[in-house]
Amino acid sequence: MTTLVRPGIVGGVGTSLLRPDGIPKIKGEFAFSSDLEAEGMLWGATVRSPHPRARIVAIDAAPALAISGVRTVLTQDDVPGSGHFGLERPDQPVLAFGETRYWGQPVAIVAAEDHETARRAADAVRIEYEVLAPLVDPAEAVRLGSTFRTIEIRNGDPDAHGEIVVTGEYEVGMQDQAPLGTESGLAIPDGMGGVDLHIATQWLHADHEQVVAALGLPPDQIRLHNAGVGGAFGSREDISLQIHLCLLALRTGRPVKMVYDRAESFVGHVHRHPARMRYRHEADRDGTLVRVEADLVFDGGAYASTSSAVLANGCYFAVGPYRAKSVHITGASARTNNPTAGAMRGFGAPQPCFAYEAQMDRLAAALGMDPVALRLRNALGTGDRIPTTNQVIVGSLPTREVIESVAAMPLPDPETADDPRSLPGGTGLTTPPGAVRRGIGFAVGIKNLAFSESFDDFSEVRGVLTADGLELHTAACENGQGMVTVLEQIGRSASGLQRVTVVFADTSKIGSAGSTSASRQTQMTGGAALRAATAVREEALRRGGGDHLDDAGVWRGGRLVAPLAGLLGDGPIEHLERFRHPPTAKPDAFGRGDVHAGFVVAAHRAVVDVDPELGLVRVVRLDTAQDVGRALNPLSILGQIEGGIMQGVGLAVMEEIVLEGGVMKNASFTDYLLPTFLDAPQVEAILVEQPDHWGPFGAKGVGEPPTISSTAAVAAAIRDATGAPINRVPVRPQDIAFGSPESPVTSHQQAKSPRPRS
Amino acid sequence: MIRITVNGVARTADPAGPESLLTTLRDRLGLPGSKNACEQGECGSCSVILDGELVCSCLVMAADADGSEVRTIEGIDDHGTLNAIQEAMVGAGGVQCGFCTPGIVVAATHLFEANPHPTEGEIREALAGNICRCTGYGAIVRALTAVAGTEAS
Ligand code: FES
Ligand code: FES
Repeated sequence: MTTLVRPGIVGGVGTSLLRPDGIPKIKGEFAFSSDLEAEGMLWGATVRSPHPRARIVAIDAAPALAISGVRTVLTQDDVPGSGHFGLERPDQPVLAFGETRYWGQPVAIVAAEDHETARRAADAVRIEYEVLAPLVDPAEAVRLGSTFRTIEIRNGDPDAHGEIVVTGEYEVGMQDQAPLGTESGLAIPDGMGGVDLHIATQWLHADHEQVVAALGLPPDQIRLHNAGVGGAFGSREDISLQIHLCLLALRTGRPVKMVYDRAESFVGHVHRHPARMRYRHEADRDGTLVRVEADLVFDGGAYASTSSAVLANGCYFAVGPYRAKSVHITGASARTNNPTAGAMRGFGAPQPCFAYEAQMDRLAAALGMDPVALRLRNALGTGDRIPTTNQVIVGSLPTREVIESVAAMPLPDPETADDPRSLPGGTGLTTPPGAVRRGIGFAVGIKNLAFSESFDDFSEVRGVLTADGLELHTAACENGQGMVTVLEQIGRSASGLQRVTVVFADTSKIGSAGSTSASRQTQMTGGAALRAATAVREEALRRGGGDHLDDAGVWRGGRLVAPLAGLLGDGPIEHLERFRHPPTAKPDAFGRGDVHAGFVVAAHRAVVDVDPELGLVRVVRLDTAQDVGRALNPLSILGQIEGGIMQGVGLAVMEEIVLEGGVMKNASFTDYLLPTFLDAPQVEAILVEQPDHWGPFGAKGVGEPPTISSTAAVAAAIRDATGAPINRVPVRPQDIAFGSPESPVTSHQQAKSPRPRS
Repeated sequence: MIRITVNGVARTADPAGPESLLTTLRDRLGLPGSKNACEQGECGSCSVILDGELVCSCLVMAADADGSEVRTIEGIDDHGTLNAIQEAMVGAGGVQCGFCTPGIVVAATHLFEANPHPTEGEIREALAGNICRCTGYGAIVRALTAVAGTEAS
C-alpha cells in the first residue's frame, strides 16, 4: 500500500476544537451521575441534624424500619474502619455521633426500595437531641483559639513606611458553588465484599483513599469510576455521599443510588469561606507601594476540609499582583458551628482581592492618581519577588500587559438603553432611565497554579496505541470545563495522530490525576498527556522504522511503511507517564519560601448602571484580559472566562448564603439568587499569551482567574457610580441606598427556610 | 394510570400520588434527558413542551398531564439530526457540563417555533427561567442570535 497524501493535523493545540461530548449533551443523551441505574437498585437518603450544635441523646430507627420497603438504617455504630474522613485531615465522622457540629450534618442513612420511601424513612428516624449553644462568630472563635490554622507573614524591611496611608475593613459573604447537578452517585456491590462506586467528583483517588480508610477496607475492594458531572466549582472536592453509598451497598448487598435534592445540596457540600479583612496600605507620594498590613479571618465552619490551604492562599495573595517593600499579614481560619467552608473557584484568592483592590482605589484617590496608573506603577512581573513569600517569579507574569490591555479596550456607549430589560429595575419598571447612574471599576487579581507548599502534586496518563488511533487513559475528572477536549488536542499535536480518544479509567486501572481544581488539569494531566503521546509516537516510529506517524501508520521518505495495526504485532504500545510540576517548599516561620509552582493574573473592568435610590445594580459590561500562557483552545477559554466572570458578578451583587445562628435561611434556588440570562453582562476578552515555564506548550490554567478580580471590579464600579463605601460583597440594596456600615456586620436578610430532614 | 403522548408516541404510566411529570418521565418512562436541578420551578433544567406550552415539568403533577401531549429533549431534534438550535449551541461552545442544556434547548426551540427571529433581548427574556452555572450565557446567546439572524453587529 502506498499513499502519498498525508493529511495535516486538524484540531491540535491552538485551535477551537469542539468538545467530543457536546453532541450527546445537546441531545440529552449524556449520562450524568444522577441518570445511572442498576438492576435491583435501592435508593438511599440521609437524616440530617436540625441543629448547628447538639448532643445526640438517642437514635430510634424503629419507626423508619417499620415502613414497608425500608431495607436498612445505619448510624456511626455501623461504620467499620476509622469512621472518619477529610481532605486535609480526617476530622469528620461519616455519621455524627456524640455531638453534631453544623446544621444539616448527616446523622443516619437509610436505604429503601424507591426514592420516595427512602425520603419518608429518613423523616421517620427519631433522634433525640440536647441542643447546645453554637459558636457562630468567627472572630470569637479566633479569640478562643478555635482555629484550623493561623498564619503570620513578615517580609521586607519592617521599618519601611509610606507617607500616604489608607485603611479599610472588608467583608465577603458565603457563596455557594451551586453546580446544576446535585450530589449523586451509584454504588454497586461486586458480591465479593467490594464495591464499584460511580460518582460525580473532582478527584477520584482522593475520594477512594478516604472511602477505604473510613470503611477499613483493602484499597482494591473499592473502585471509583467517573460518572457524568453536572458542574463542580470546588463543591465536589470533598466527600459528600461517597462513603454513605458504599456503606449502604455493602450492608444491603444491593446497588444503591443517592441523589441530593437542592436544599440538601446546599448543606451537603462546602462553601466559599466568608471573610473579614482589615487592611492598611502605605505609599510614597509618587505612588510606590511601601507597606501593606492585613489581618484576614476566614470562617472555616465545622470541619477542616481545605481551610488551611484556602487561608494560606488568602494570605499569600493578600497584597495582590503588586510589589511592596514591607509586608505584615496575619490570618486565621476559624473553627465554628457554621457550615463547613472549603474549595470554591479562586480558592482563597477572591476574598483578599476584593479588599486589596478597594484599597488600591482608595490609595489612588488619596494620591490624586489615576487608579490604573497606580496599579501599573506597582505591577509585579517576571523576575520580581512575590511580596509576601519573597519567592522569585520565574515563569511568565504579564500583570502590566493585562492591565494595559483592558484599559485600552473601548468603553460602551454612555447612554443607558431605554429597553427596561437593561435597566437596574428590569421589567418591573421601577427605575426611570433618568435616575440611572453609570460607574466604571477596575481590578486585577493574582493566584497560584496547581498545588503548593510541598504537596506531591502529580498526574498520570497512559498512552495506548490501537489500530484505531491513540487512547489517553486518565482518572482525571471532566467537570464540564473542557479538559477532555484539551487532552485530545494535546494528543493530536504530540502524536501526529488524528484519532485520539480520552478514556476515563477507574481507580484500579491508573494512578491519581490529582484534583480537577486549582486550575491545574490543563497543565498537569495535559503535561502527562503530552509525555505519553510523545512516547507512543517515538516507539511507533522506532518499531515502524520511519520518520512520520499519522492515522494510516508510520511513513518513511513519504511512503507508508507500516499501518497502525501492523505496529502492534510485537505487542501493545503503551506508555504510562507521571507528570510533576517543579517542586514547591513549605514556608518558613514567617510564611516565606518557594511555596508556589506558578502564578497567573487577570484584569477586569466593570461597567454598571445603578439605581441609587432603590440600590439596584445592573452589570452592563465586563471586559477582561487574562494571562493564559498559551491558548490551547480559545473557545474553551472564552467559556471559562464568561462562566467565571458570571460567578464573580454573582458574588458581587446577589449570591450569598444567609446564616442565622448557624442555620441557613436560603437553601434553595428561590432564595439563593443566581445570575440569569438577563443578568449576564456583555463580555469582551483579550487572551495575553506569554508562554509559562512548565505547562504543556507554555499553557497556564484558565479556570479560576475570571472569578478572582471580577467581583472587585463590579464593587469598584458601584463605588464609582454612587460614592457609597461598598466594603462588603455581595452588595445589598441597603448598602447602596444607605451606605455600608463602617464595620460590616452579618446580614439580617430574611428568607424562607427549607429545613433539612431531622 | 395516565395516558400521555410523549414525542409522538402513546405511553401509559402509573405515577405515585403527587409525583411530578419530571419524575414520571425520568423514572418511569425511561426518558432521563430532562434534568432535575431544583424541583422548584427556578432553573428550567426540566423544561418540556406540554400541549404547546413551555413548562417546568417538576411543577406539573403527572396526573394533571393525563391526556396531554409532551415534547421532551428526546424528541426535539429534526428527525434524528440536530435541530438548528442544537447545532448552533454546540458549535458556539454553549455546552459545558451540559446539565442545563436539555432545558435550554427545549425552551429555545419553543421560542423559535413561535418567533423565528427573536432579538437578543427577546432571547434573554424568554430564557430567563433557565439557569446555566457554567457558560455565563454568552456562548448560548451568540448561538441563538445567529440562528435568529439578529446578531448584534
Ligand atoms: S428542576 Fe424544574 S425548574 Fe429546576
Ligand atoms: S453547561 Fe453547566 S449548567 Fe449550563
